[in-house]
Amino acid sequence: MKATRRTFLKGTAATAAALAAPAIIGRAQAADPIKLVSILDQSGGLDIYGRPMVSASEMAVAEINEAGGLLGRPVELTMYDPQSTIQLYTQYATQAAASDRADVVHAGITSASREAIRPTLNRFNVLYFYNVQYEGGVCDKNTFCTGSTPAHTVEKLVPHVMNKWGKKVYIVAADYNYGQIIADWVQKYVAEQGGETVATEFFPLDVTNFGPTIQKIQAAKPDMVWSALVGGAHISFYRQYAAAGMKGSIPVASTTFGLGNEHQSISAEEGNGMLTSYTYYEEIDTPRNQAFVKRFKDQYGGADAPYLNELAVRSYEGIHLWAEGVKAAGTLDRMAVIEALEGNVTYDGPSGVISIEPTSHHATLNAYIAEVQDQKFNVLEKFPEQKPTDTMQVCNLIENPNQSAFLFENGLEAAGIK
Amino acid sequence: MDLYAALALQIVYGVANLVLISLGLAIIFGMMRVINLAHGEFLMLGGYTVVISTNAGVNIWIAMLILAPLVVGIIGLVVERLMIRFLYGRMVDTLLATWGLSLVLIGLITTIFGAQTATTISPPIGAVRIGGFTSSGYEIFLIAVTALLSIAVYAVLRYTKLGLLARGTMQGAEIASALGVSTGRIYAVTFGLGAAVSGLAGGLLAPVTGVLPTIGATYIAKAFITVISGGAAILSGTLSASALLGSVNSVLSYVTGPTIGEVGLLVVAIVLLRLMPQGITSKFFRKSL
Repeated sequence: MKATRRTFLKGTAATAAALAAPAIIGRAQAADPIKLVSILDQSGGLDIYGRPMVSASEMAVAEINEAGGLLGRPVELTMYDPQSTIQLYTQYATQAAASDRADVVHAGITSASREAIRPTLNRFNVLYFYNVQYEGGVCDKNTFCTGSTPAHTVEKLVPHVMNKWGKKVYIVAADYNYGQIIADWVQKYVAEQGGETVATEFFPLDVTNFGPTIQKIQAAKPDMVWSALVGGAHISFYRQYAAAGMKGSIPVASTTFGLGNEHQSISAEEGNGMLTSYTYYEEIDTPRNQAFVKRFKDQYGGADAPYLNELAVRSYEGIHLWAEGVKAAGTLDRMAVIEALEGNVTYDGPSGVISIEPTSHHATLNAYIAEVQDQKFNVLEKFPEQKPTDTMQVCNLIENPNQSAFLFENGLEAAGIK
Repeated sequence: MDLYAALALQIVYGVANLVLISLGLAIIFGMMRVINLAHGEFLMLGGYTVVISTNAGVNIWIAMLILAPLVVGIIGLVVERLMIRFLYGRMVDTLLATWGLSLVLIGLITTIFGAQTATTISPPIGAVRIGGFTSSGYEIFLIAVTALLSIAVYAVLRYTKLGLLARGTMQGAEIASALGVSTGRIYAVTFGLGAAVSGLAGGLLAPVTGVLPTIGATYIAKAFITVISGGAAILSGTLSASALLGSVNSVLSYVTGPTIGEVGLLVVAIVLLRLMPQGITSKFFRKSL
């Protein structure tokens, strides 16, 4: 073998690196920050949802660091903006896992973005938190879903409105995965309460003329309309419904109205009297929540700050819950943190006490029902610490830790529920 | 019986809605052969004009019927002078340029007013009763305005000197120029008028649909489908295509659901263009405007 100059240089470089390594590692351990990577849309079509989530994530990390960090180390937040593009989600997830060596990733808004990055993070064994309200059904040992699912919201609101308004329900929903699955859940819960779904109608996301449907609703004479409409164009429904004089005769219930700040986009007259259910409202009347809202608004624009909806608060509480898990585990080891979170870890946040339900890895959350009143929500009822019973029907990660699936992807029927 | 009356009203409204969102494009694309991909954004700007001026205390009728067309018309004139006038006769280039313009307008409005819906204005007319059914009174008003607007566009093109000069210029700019017509000015005014009509439509629709920076995307495809299906005669083309596509959409939406309604509109447009590649007015209403 001939020793060329290149192999010689390589050899000495390697030796030097090996000799220096203990010094680098030794120094790193003292100050090396814990890496939290957040991937949320700050631009593109989903930015109205993403921006408040980004602010809330920043605030949670700042609070953890002010309290002395985790395990004596600071938490370093790295943010990526995937610009509402699925390819960028996969790219940033790979970067977070392979090059940033993230200790945890909090990411994703739509189910599509979550399903794009979940396999990547599983492959790299990086702990993953998804902090958004969604249709339920993710069953994965490595993933924690802290957002609400239909069991938290739809299941609570259906009996409430049926007692108040009657048994015949007319469903209008957005025509994509989320709307279709939520409509399934509404039908199921309505049937369980002895009610009847008179019709279900789906609307492409860019439909703005709801006239024919409003006439159809009048012909069907239901006791209420259930709306799972989503996005800017669909706000037209509420305006046209009020303009056609329907507000007084057939009331509206929804678990999507307000997530895009619809209650502030339409007039008080058009919105008043609608009933909604979420696991958080800015108006929740507890000292803990009032302090949180004040701090958030002071930091992010005062009176111009966005309405704090469930999405932002789930991000905030998701990061804090993870931090509690790390504290309880006493290490950043992924399996140790998962086991701690499956145990008795809780976090007392603005929405109430939250924890992880171990068989589904979804959050146990307080649920609330509120009425729209003068562009605000008037909280009527509270259901403390509700379990994600929808996903628990199909998922058991304690008995079957190797499950890794999105079980409602093809509807409830495919998941064996309907 | 009441149901059929209410449904008939919905069909007429569906037709009027298509005419309203397409008329401005018919002038700019149908007549001037400028593929205006920023048409949806002209509608959006009309909506924002109404929202901003009513927030500032302007009467909503003045905001919708006067300010919206005025403001967007002026924006149209500026755009024509700065950009479009260099591109006449180059259809593909107008497509790229106006696409860029639409992105700039969306970005600009988002930066100034935020990505959220920017309105709390409600339709200024309440509900009307049709037997056992109620319907939106504002929709009836929109139908009336659309009818008046169509008559006005016809009258201007048919009976005024400006209309004559505009039609002459669009058919043969060089001959018109040789006859002493200032074609540059005619182009600018026509483009401005098209933009003003789009602004008026956007302003009128704002109370029913709301306004957000990206709302243009929901209009642009339907407007192009209507104008292309209509063919060369811009007014009778737009009206006949709207009548056909709007009725199909409303009836199918009622009978099956909105998804099939939207698909049905597209299928009819495809079949129509297969049978009449130059649009409805290549076979019918040939000598009309």
